[in-house]
Amino acid sequence: MSLLEARNISVDIGRTRILTGVSASFRSGYLTGLVGPNGAGKSTLVRALCNLLKPAAGEVRLSGAPITSFHRKELARKLSYLPQGHTMHWPLEVERLVALGRLPHLGPFSDIGPQDQAAIDRAMARTEVSAFRFRVAETLSGGERARVMMARALAVETDILLVDEPVAALDPYHQLHVMELLRSLADEGKLVVCVLHDLALAARFCNAAVLMSEGRVLAQGAPQDVLTDTHLRAAYSIRSLQGQHEAEPFILPWRRLDADASKPEPRPC
Amino acid sequence: MTEAATAAPRRAAHTVSHRISWLSLNLALLALIGVLACVSLTIGYVTYPVTDVVAALFGLGDDKVITIVRELRLPRLLLALAIGGGLGVSGAVLQGLLRNPLAEPGILGISSSASFGAVITIYFGLSATFVYALPMAAMAGAATATTVLYFLSARNASTLTIILAGVAIGGLAISLTSLAMNLSPNPWAINEMIFWMLGSVKDRSMHDVALAAPFVLAGVILLLLTSRALDALTLGEDAARSLGVDLKRVRALAIIGTSLAIGGTVAVSGGIGFVGLVVPHLLRPLVGHVASLLLLPSLLAGAALVLAADIAARLIRVGVEIHLGVLTSLIGAPFFFYLILRTRQRVE
Repeated sequence: MSLLEARNISVDIGRTRILTGVSASFRSGYLTGLVGPNGAGKSTLVRALCNLLKPAAGEVRLSGAPITSFHRKELARKLSYLPQGHTMHWPLEVERLVALGRLPHLGPFSDIGPQDQAAIDRAMARTEVSAFRFRVAETLSGGERARVMMARALAVETDILLVDEPVAALDPYHQLHVMELLRSLADEGKLVVCVLHDLALAARFCNAAVLMSEGRVLAQGAPQDVLTDTHLRAAYSIRSLQGQHEAEPFILPWRRLDADASKPEPRPC
Repeated sequence: MTEAATAAPRRAAHTVSHRISWLSLNLALLALIGVLACVSLTIGYVTYPVTDVVAALFGLGDDKVITIVRELRLPRLLLALAIGGGLGVSGAVLQGLLRNPLAEPGILGISSSASFGAVITIYFGLSATFVYALPMAAMAGAATATTVLYFLSARNASTLTIILAGVAIGGLAISLTSLAMNLSPNPWAINEMIFWMLGSVKDRSMHDVALAAPFVLAGVILLLLTSRALDALTLGEDAARSLGVDLKRVRALAIIGTSLAIGGTVAVSGGIGFVGLVVPHLLRPLVGHVASLLLLPSLLAGAALVLAADIAARLIRVGVEIHLGVLTSLIGAPFFFYLILRTRQRVE
């Protein structure tokens, strides 16, 4: 069981305060959707949770201990992070790219061993990228690349996985694929945090949610309690369409609030 | 099921073939260095048979041949190897660290900053009074330039910004060098300064080898220690850090390693450009673009390239001998231009 907590953290980047007194907790067995408008501080919170930046106040705790008390290699074996943007600076073969996920497990002079290879194979099978393992990652489509990067993050085989906008720029099929994968990881007992823009995906696939706005946490808890129309109005200045299909909830952003002010209320149909 | 059954051995074969091809690449480069070393020792104003040269290396045969081989040609050979190896591996590490195929000690102004450091000691006459003043000043020059570039890259400066900053640093170093020449009252000192700008391994003694080799060797060892981290940096800095990479340590290793290697070589040979650019670029596809696998081949190929260029400089007879640095720049500059055109899409 892992527990990752932000305790009243504030983060400054340069002179700008990005996060103000954020407290949030994330547990094993949950896929927590981190949602909020652009600039709400979602990515900054994730980076702070990974110990990639130092809060100006407050602290991040992992299983009760300050995250700064872990050695960087030890932390790398507990917590895997997939940044947004899917950066790859050199045109590596897919399998070699995925193998980078094993770096925290390698000694200074040891090469990839059978155990590492098994982890790489599992990660590639899980994300369905094994078929193009020998292709150069740069030549793949956006959806394939996103899965390869996910495989890289999974190959670390950590209990905690933090992913920043994994479905951005993916087509609907691949969005569903990635979300199903993340949920199945959480159901296996991993702690998964996922930054999302798509409210429908957050409502359907996540079993916990944190809604952020202007550097603060607006609401956290079960998705149906967090992603309410009232909260979405406050965070995004939108009205939402909420409903159910096949006994699962869905949310659609429907109209901007300031658009409402200039237009007459549409007739209910 | 059949697919699963065949996939494993095929993959194993693929991995093994990667390792074999990497090993054979290094062995081929070593063999090339061996051949070039023989050529380098045998040719010159007088060409001796290989057997005489090998005998002379061990102190056998004609005294005149022994003197020429051991005291003139061997230092030249060793220096060419040290310089080329240092330049090759610095280029590979800088390209990996900055994730920029155009990074190179010469283009980034590191070599000219080292030259400026060297020229300053000549200007003030320090190099004559203290033998380590010149190499240490050269290394300080290289370290200053590398540190500035590093802080730029740490502030998420784009590829283009870093290259342009390197050009600016190089321009400043060259103009300060010119200023020193301009102000120098002593024509001999000016002569000595010009030497740094041309770059050569001609007429060096074992004393020069002993001066440069420890620095280059120490620098190369530090640079080789960055290999794992360079692999992780393929994914960007945040992802690399999340994989347990200590970025401060990697940057320190790269900066100190480059400064030692470049400062050490510049101290005895002057500026030799473009080797660190050309070598890693040509080898990168052969190692599957894996940053860590690039370092050792770059070391060997850099040594082979500078050795070959030094042989060419001796063979091309146009009255006086062409300086090694002039030759590498004549080949390297068009190559740089070609690289800019090819990587234009990626430089954004």
